[in-house]
Amino acid sequence: MKEFKFDTLVIGGGSAGMAAALEVSKRGFSVAVVERENSMGGILNQCIHNGFGLHHFKEELSGPSYAEKFIDMVDSSDIEVFIDMTIMDIDENDKLKAVYGLSKLTGMVKFCVKTVVFANGCRERNRGSIGTPGTRPSGVFTAGLAQRLVNMEGYIPGKECVVVGSGDIGLIMARRMTWVGAKVKAVIEIQPYPAGLTRNIVQCLNDFDIPLYLSHVVGDIHGKDRVESIDVIPLENGIEQKEKSFNIKCDSLLLAVGLVPDNELAQKIGISINPETNGPIVDRQLMTGKDGIFACGNVLHVHDLVDFVTEESSRCGRYVADYLDKKISPIQFRTAPGQNIKYLVPNFYSPSGDNKFYLRTLIVKNRAELILKVNGKEILRKKLRHIQPSEMISFSLPPGAVDCISECKENTLEASIV
Amino acid sequence: MKKDMICISCPMGCRISAEWESESDITVTGNKCQRGIIYGKEEILSPRRVVTATININSSWLGRLPVMTTGPVPKGKIDSLLNKIYKIHLDIPIVRDDIIIKNIENTGIDLIATRSVKT
Repeated sequence: MKEFKFDTLVIGGGSAGMAAALEVSKRGFSVAVVERENSMGGILNQCIHNGFGLHHFKEELSGPSYAEKFIDMVDSSDIEVFIDMTIMDIDENDKLKAVYGLSKLTGMVKFCVKTVVFANGCRERNRGSIGTPGTRPSGVFTAGLAQRLVNMEGYIPGKECVVVGSGDIGLIMARRMTWVGAKVKAVIEIQPYPAGLTRNIVQCLNDFDIPLYLSHVVGDIHGKDRVESIDVIPLENGIEQKEKSFNIKCDSLLLAVGLVPDNELAQKIGISINPETNGPIVDRQLMTGKDGIFACGNVLHVHDLVDFVTEESSRCGRYVADYLDKKISPIQFRTAPGQNIKYLVPNFYSPSGDNKFYLRTLIVKNRAELILKVNGKEILRKKLRHIQPSEMISFSLPPGAVDCISECKENTLEASIV
Repeated sequence: MKKDMICISCPMGCRISAEWESESDITVTGNKCQRGIIYGKEEILSPRRVVTATININSSWLGRLPVMTTGPVPKGKIDSLLNKIYKIHLDIPIVRDDIIIKNIENTGIDLIATRSVKT
């Protein structure tokens, strides 16, 4: 078996993997990126719509352009890229980690590395995840698969479709299907509020008069060989009102019902997972419970903007370089989600270091406030103009901001929103 | 007249409102940046959208070439633009930012490739 030696192996050559690898490489360490597809870029390659890069590049790009800017940077660096390769297993018993990759070109290869970065993104939830009853005809697609078929391979998955889920992927696909000549009959959302960014409701649904059914679910899928129609049931206080159900004729159903970090490999090697994010539990430096193994991007928690993935992953790359430089990590304490917060990443903070957090709220509210407390003492209060579960909130905590650390207390940082 | 809307210039999605007596005198409030004023006025006078699509290419590596307009085009011109885009067939190589259609219907906006295809 062929063997390679690197300081860092990055699993995944999408926006997260490229940003992390570039930062590690800038500091003079050897880096390999392993990518499963035939080119880097990850999910950005099928996101041909605009709206990427406004934060990071200060210009409006399509997904492929955003990816290509990073691919160009990787190509002109010392990073070694292995495309068409899948990571099969990791042995981390020794000080050096052995990572096994498989590709048609090279067969099985062994990477002996000091650090590993999980940057392998997330997967789509599917029909099984939401337990939709009915027959099993063709014509039921996850929205991301439909997006790939239309935008990269040139196949249109249906002529009359219904989108389930009002997250950004569902909304973007409603517009795309309309623009390729299909009729989008409805978008069905189980929650009482839309799950996607507001701008996408405006330009993907309102522009085309596509009805959005909030607090509705798909009760049944009809059709023998191909989808023929679906039953839609309204919810009142979370209870299905079956007598008010109605039927929509359609030949395809696009499911945009959420994303889950792809952590099979991480779990296999015993990395603890945060049940709220489905990503690894990480410390301030985005290091998982296993020494020298880091995680960033959608494998850590599902982001709504690629710009945030880049920010987080660049930082992850710098933390990896700090680790390789044997910089001593400052003392850390736990963070905890408080009132109205679904999750808070990372799971640890350091009073003497820089801290950057991402969180998701559980509520929709105008003029809300974010409150941070340590040992019951308020250390930061921040006004938020408008919050909703679909829009990630970020904040920073500079060194010295927490001035009430006590040796005999937990010193947990609790974030809440009121 | 008054119209409440959501600015879609960026993912912030500011809730803005436009008030006007005449079309030459539109006041926009609620915006967090200058782009909100421009968006609010244009949404009243002549709504525009950026268009993205894909084009048929002769490549063994990629099925469709992603393309995008360099700025928003008037909503009324989108359908004819899409029909034109779907009839194009391109040969490779293509470099990102190559102009595919110049000055779409005299709008001053171009259609450009958003990905490079070498093989």
